[in-house]
Amino acid sequence: MYQYNDKDQTLINERVTQFRDQTERFLKGEIPDDKFRALRLMNGLYVQTHAPLLRVAGPYGLLSSKQVRKLASIARDYDKGFCHFTTRQNIQFNWPALERVPDILEELASVQMHAIQTSGNCLRNTTSDQLAGVAIDELEDPRPYCEIIRQWTILHPEFAYLPRKFKIAVSGATLDRAATQFHDIGLHLVKNEQGEVGFKVFVGGGLGRTPVIGQVIKPFLEKQHLLSYLEAILRIYNLYGRRDNKYKARVKILVREAGLAKITQKVEAEWSLIKDQLELSAERISGMQLQFTPPEYLAEATQDTSYADNLVNHPDFATWVKHNTAEHKIAGYRAAYISLKAPDNPPGDCSDSQLDAIADLADQYSFSMVRVTHRQNLVLADVKQGDLFSLWQKLLPLKLATPNIGKATDIICCPGLDYCSLANAGSIGVAKEINETLDSMDYVHDLGDLKINISGCMNGCAHQSVGHIGILGVDKKGVEWYQVTLGGSSENDAAIGERLGPAVSKENITPVIKTLLEVYVEQRAHEDESFLATFRRVGVNPFKEKVYATD
Amino acid sequence: MQLINDKQVVQDDWSFISDDAPLNADYNIVSVARWQQHRNELSQTKNLGLRLEPDVMIEDIADDLSHFQLIQLFFPVFTDGRAFTHARLLRSRYGFTGDIRASGDFMRDQVFYLNRVGVSSFELNDQENALQVMQSMHDFSVDYQESVA
Repeated sequence: MYQYNDKDQTLINERVTQFRDQTERFLKGEIPDDKFRALRLMNGLYVQTHAPLLRVAGPYGLLSSKQVRKLASIARDYDKGFCHFTTRQNIQFNWPALERVPDILEELASVQMHAIQTSGNCLRNTTSDQLAGVAIDELEDPRPYCEIIRQWTILHPEFAYLPRKFKIAVSGATLDRAATQFHDIGLHLVKNEQGEVGFKVFVGGGLGRTPVIGQVIKPFLEKQHLLSYLEAILRIYNLYGRRDNKYKARVKILVREAGLAKITQKVEAEWSLIKDQLELSAERISGMQLQFTPPEYLAEATQDTSYADNLVNHPDFATWVKHNTAEHKIAGYRAAYISLKAPDNPPGDCSDSQLDAIADLADQYSFSMVRVTHRQNLVLADVKQGDLFSLWQKLLPLKLATPNIGKATDIICCPGLDYCSLANAGSIGVAKEINETLDSMDYVHDLGDLKINISGCMNGCAHQSVGHIGILGVDKKGVEWYQVTLGGSSENDAAIGERLGPAVSKENITPVIKTLLEVYVEQRAHEDESFLATFRRVGVNPFKEKVYATD
Repeated sequence: MQLINDKQVVQDDWSFISDDAPLNADYNIVSVARWQQHRNELSQTKNLGLRLEPDVMIEDIADDLSHFQLIQLFFPVFTDGRAFTHARLLRSRYGFTGDIRASGDFMRDQVFYLNRVGVSSFELNDQENALQVMQSMHDFSVDYQESVA
């Protein structure tokens, strides 16, 4: 894991001082609301329905156990005892007091954390694959590049006041677990014909009101040009992105309105002027790679036989291993998911005591590291197979072992009307109702891989448009209704969901989901055909007919 | 009006002259439209400055820079970040060595960034304290990007 040097630490300490001063000036009436709004957003601070919301950066989803303990203590001391993990691997506190936020930032800085640029019209936290460095399908670890990008984005003087927010994601694996094609810039580590590793660059992806799949602007970019190419894209965006309408200000609209060919031409022309000035040296890259050296795996991990025995003797453990662990590139190890989707838990929420316990488990079983996933769960990425059984036993009483990763009840959900001032409808309540309906774990497992995403408004924080089933809260004359889409995907086969039909009322949304699942089970060609595959084969009609049948 | 130039508080000698008014100051700043219309006449003027609005195409005036001692980057609204790129390009690409001045609705909390992209002087809004604005230029003692200041 990257360790801050003096410069990194100085910068975040100075940021705390700066924000403390800005907050004091605001409270004394020396900064007007609209200006303080921009300043606080660039420190992740929103004003919400009940209280401010503070979003803390989880750099590419990587946290140390020490940092997780700090999050627990902040949740206890400054909030109501819990925090929320987001789809962009960040951490949110829902109840801090505005005047205490500088103190929270100071606490965070003491463990090399910050909230810089977690909101606002600027370069946001860079996200990545939660299995980075351990995935079996990985070409190269993306995290050194993520950290290089993180540093480049922090307080970039030219790009602090962009037309709109700007998000970058990096993946180094065959399977895209980081939704890179739905980012303003998506980077895939790929190999060219000469066998060199570089980046395939996507531009103009995004979710929100106008979901768009990113397009390839550069099929192969040599590593040394990473930052100059990003800078060229950002400069073109900063100059030409629309500023007249905030709903048309993302780079996806610029690409759509100007056309990919024109934008590519502008970016390439800009890049040709700067590429030699901003080169990443081989030493800089290898120096950063050293910060992500794999932990000391034990060769004898494979010799453990208790794992195989426990799989046979404890069917519940075997079920958990099947659904909540992933293969690891080192024999004898697996990556273990910690599900934050227990039936009665608001998706992605984690209490202070759970956080403390997770930090202990990370120390004990996974080299003191925790990762945050795009689907709002956590991962202990380096667990010896012989430790999985005791890990599982400890997760059970913490309600962190629900075997539902990637399944129907592993719902992505935004805070919705319960917290968010933008929301049109509740989302946590719908997630809870769907969970109550799907109370048989066997049925959930029978449904196979299924991604249900619920957003409380069209800003789409829970990525409903790329859910296999997407649920979008809409307001109809002060009443909560829900628009359903089917067939979305944020992985390699990126797709935007198709509308099922007219919105359904709050009482009907859960029965409708139930019906959709029944249609799927009826229609699937065989037990292994996933919901998404079935939908792609049969189309929307069989679902539509059943849901809107008027008998 | 007060001004911070080269990290000192000084009196501002420059005035922006609207397009329909005569150039009656010692130090006149004109719009791009006026410059383009009356280039021959204006190029005889001593002490000429050019105001750039955010929607300017910087390459359109790049060849004319030698006529100006000062470029004024005007912020109609502090959130319009195009001027940050303009300043940067004026310094690093087009080699402008005169004064680059921030004017309009920018705020104290932006001068750190503005300074680093090459802005050298700052018109002060009435309510702002010059010493504090100068302090804000040093909000950070470290950075990750190359500065063109």
